[in-house]
Amino acid sequence: MKFLRDLLDKQKPLFQKGGKLENLYYLYEAGETFLFKPNHTAGIKGTQVKDAIDLKRMMITVVIAMIPCLLFGIYNTGHQHFLATGQTAGLWEDFGPKLLVGLKLVLPIVIVAYAAGGLVEAAFAVIRKHPINEGFLVTGMLIPLVVPATLPLWQVALATIFAVVIAKEVFGGTGMNILNVAMTARAFLYFAYPAQISGDQVWTYLGDKAPVDGFSGATALAVAYTAGVEGQPVTQALAEHNAALGEGLFSFMNLFIGWIPGSIGETSTLMALIGAVILIATGVASWKIIVSGFAGAYVMGLVMNLFAVNEYMAMAPEYHWVIGGLAFGVVFMATDPVSAAQTEVGKWIYGFLIGVLTVIIRVTNPAYPEGIMLAVLFMNVFAPLIDYYVVKANKKRRLQRATV
Amino acid sequence: MSKTVKLKKGFDIKLVGEAEKQLADFKPAKTFAIKPTDFIGMQRPKVTVNEGDTVKAGTPILFDKAMEKVQYVAPVSGEIVEIKRGDRRKLLEIKILADSSISYESFDKFSEDALRSLSKQDAIEQMCKGGVWPQIIQRPFGIVANPEDTPKSIFISGFDSHPLAPDYGFLLQGEEKYFQAGIDVLSKLTSGKIHLNVKGEGAVPAIFANAKGVELNKFSGPHPAGNVGVQIHHIDPINKGDIVWTIHPYGVVQIGKLFLEGKYDASKLVAVTGSEAVKKGYVKTYIGACVDPLVAGNIKQDNIRVVSGNVLTGEKINRDGYIGYYHHQITLLPEGNQYEFLGWMKPTASRLSYHRALGLLSFLSPNKEYVLDTNTNGEERAFVQTGVFESVTPMDILPVYLLKAILAEDFDEMEELGIYEVVEEDLALCEFVDVSKHPVQEIVRKGIDLIQYS
Repeated sequence: MKFLRDLLDKQKPLFQKGGKLENLYYLYEAGETFLFKPNHTAGIKGTQVKDAIDLKRMMITVVIAMIPCLLFGIYNTGHQHFLATGQTAGLWEDFGPKLLVGLKLVLPIVIVAYAAGGLVEAAFAVIRKHPINEGFLVTGMLIPLVVPATLPLWQVALATIFAVVIAKEVFGGTGMNILNVAMTARAFLYFAYPAQISGDQVWTYLGDKAPVDGFSGATALAVAYTAGVEGQPVTQALAEHNAALGEGLFSFMNLFIGWIPGSIGETSTLMALIGAVILIATGVASWKIIVSGFAGAYVMGLVMNLFAVNEYMAMAPEYHWVIGGLAFGVVFMATDPVSAAQTEVGKWIYGFLIGVLTVIIRVTNPAYPEGIMLAVLFMNVFAPLIDYYVVKANKKRRLQRATV
Repeated sequence: MSKTVKLKKGFDIKLVGEAEKQLADFKPAKTFAIKPTDFIGMQRPKVTVNEGDTVKAGTPILFDKAMEKVQYVAPVSGEIVEIKRGDRRKLLEIKILADSSISYESFDKFSEDALRSLSKQDAIEQMCKGGVWPQIIQRPFGIVANPEDTPKSIFISGFDSHPLAPDYGFLLQGEEKYFQAGIDVLSKLTSGKIHLNVKGEGAVPAIFANAKGVELNKFSGPHPAGNVGVQIHHIDPINKGDIVWTIHPYGVVQIGKLFLEGKYDASKLVAVTGSEAVKKGYVKTYIGACVDPLVAGNIKQDNIRVVSGNVLTGEKINRDGYIGYYHHQITLLPEGNQYEFLGWMKPTASRLSYHRALGLLSFLSPNKEYVLDTNTNGEERAFVQTGVFESVTPMDILPVYLLKAILAEDFDEMEELGIYEVVEEDLALCEFVDVSKHPVQEIVRKGIDLIQYS
């Protein structure tokens, strides 16, 4: 790799102080540090050796953890297309064509998200003269996974730009933001273009083909909500839904594995759990938030059962784990270290309340079928407050000790 | 009441290059230097000798105008060859070319019995004059203690848990008599107890096990279990207004020698450690020795860094630099000033990381020793990762909040979050494990300075 190094060294003076392209230094730096670990050494005083990890490594680990969700999402997009248009019924029939359809739809979204966000990052880095934030490695992957495959690309771009600018850069970049960036993108879409992200037919790509008779593109959450209103047991409604597409589309097992319509990366609880295992094993995400997030949803589900006045409230709590984007949100969104609670005790409370709020919003709010997005954003705002009380308790302990 | 404390939090950095427990034959150092910069909190250093003067071991050469009573003395006899100053005439080093045989200033001599009836005032007087006082460090702030104060207790850490740290049993062997005498003198200085804290695992060195007049506590667990700050936190925590003194066992021995022998004996053992050292072992020398004889001809390659002290809290010095006043170790490391292609992404087992995102399978080889260079392995970023600092800090302290309070210069927060309980070394591990590569120790000192001087 010496020739690459030589090439970089040759160009370096151009970008350094006094060089022609001085203003673009941080773009050069981003490329250079991506290719080569820099030659910086420890200072005269202080730790003379440093841990081998850096922020880039941490962020790429999160991206790796999302890959199962992405791959599953790609295939599932094709699979749902084939199901809805009645081309195949079997899961693994037409594997190649399904994959191609999925790739055709999902890859552009990923590329657009990375490109749009990358441009904003680069622009801010140049204007504000700060290094490019590695956090974007994660955001650029998260956004595609929380939108439906049918979303117009310009909306993807717009949402990404909005989120990176408003949720991150105005606060000073990765590490300073208050809200989860990807959730902000999703929220933007939700309120700006509700037709594309919360309608009935949008989740499944049909292309130029007509859907099979009796097809409904409603998501499991929408079905559950309607069932609740109509007084039909939710599990029964889910089981009977879309019989035209084959039996058991919304069976518990299918909901768990994720062969259902929904946002690209969100449908599979199983894949989110694989991601969770990667994140927890590598220590990148807090297991406390993940565990307490699932626990919160379950407990709130039970409470709903106790006071059930409609069928949705009576739904078995474990269904909340598998329908909608709860698992994905808890694993990848709630655990964002910057916008989450930062104290260890705070993390338990933060995660738990996200679970609780998600179920409350899902079940009692007529306007939004999905609750995880608002729950995460809401708790992002409250995380500093939770931390404030945890820190206060620490100070109090310190003070009490003084009087002993 | 003696205590046994088991610490779970922390991290042992296992490095290649531990010193063998034997005296290695190195050429003796010719020059020695006292560096005023070693004494944190020294405000207005004043040299009392000139270039060309001859001094004996124990002759005062320096004092701090803010605390004139405390003398800093020559470690060896010889000629003052250079008084080195830096920018704005900042005093950097006072160099002494040593005589071939050391002659000593003489101080009052006491028998072991006479020591017991020594008054507190006389003890302080002799310690200040005899050059051993700077061994006593005051907490909070980690500065040289003020002889006018009376500490609520005195803490001695009987082991060093830093990477490649010297073994105190070896460092102090044969010094039992002086150690006990030192303890006897110290006991006059405090109204409280003298806590001597030893390692929970393994045998307690005889010098500590047989010490009288101390409270022997045991600490087990990974680094920073050996840090005196951590030990204070678990035994007798510091609150606002408290003063606690700490002293290295070597300092205790020095005090003992001053009173029993009537001389300032600056001889000490220094461990030569690190992966790049060919010969690793202990060498007998004096405070402030030039490291040149320990480095020249003793390195595996040329691109190295010489660290006075250990890799967590030590200081980079030149190859012909001088060992820090409080250091008992030098570490020779490979310099990490090279680029590495995709170095941040590559899966690797050769680099040490506390984080499993890099060292995922390192738990399979818990005793593996690593060769670490001085590369920072990344650039400085904003705080992102949470919960990691807490997991290497075995104190009821929230390091990130404390650091943020310091950066915000919020005095009340700093106090409430525990600035009085820490010095740089207590949060050094945070600096090591930090994903965002912050200069944690520098920030801690900034906070201490803010609190101390305002």
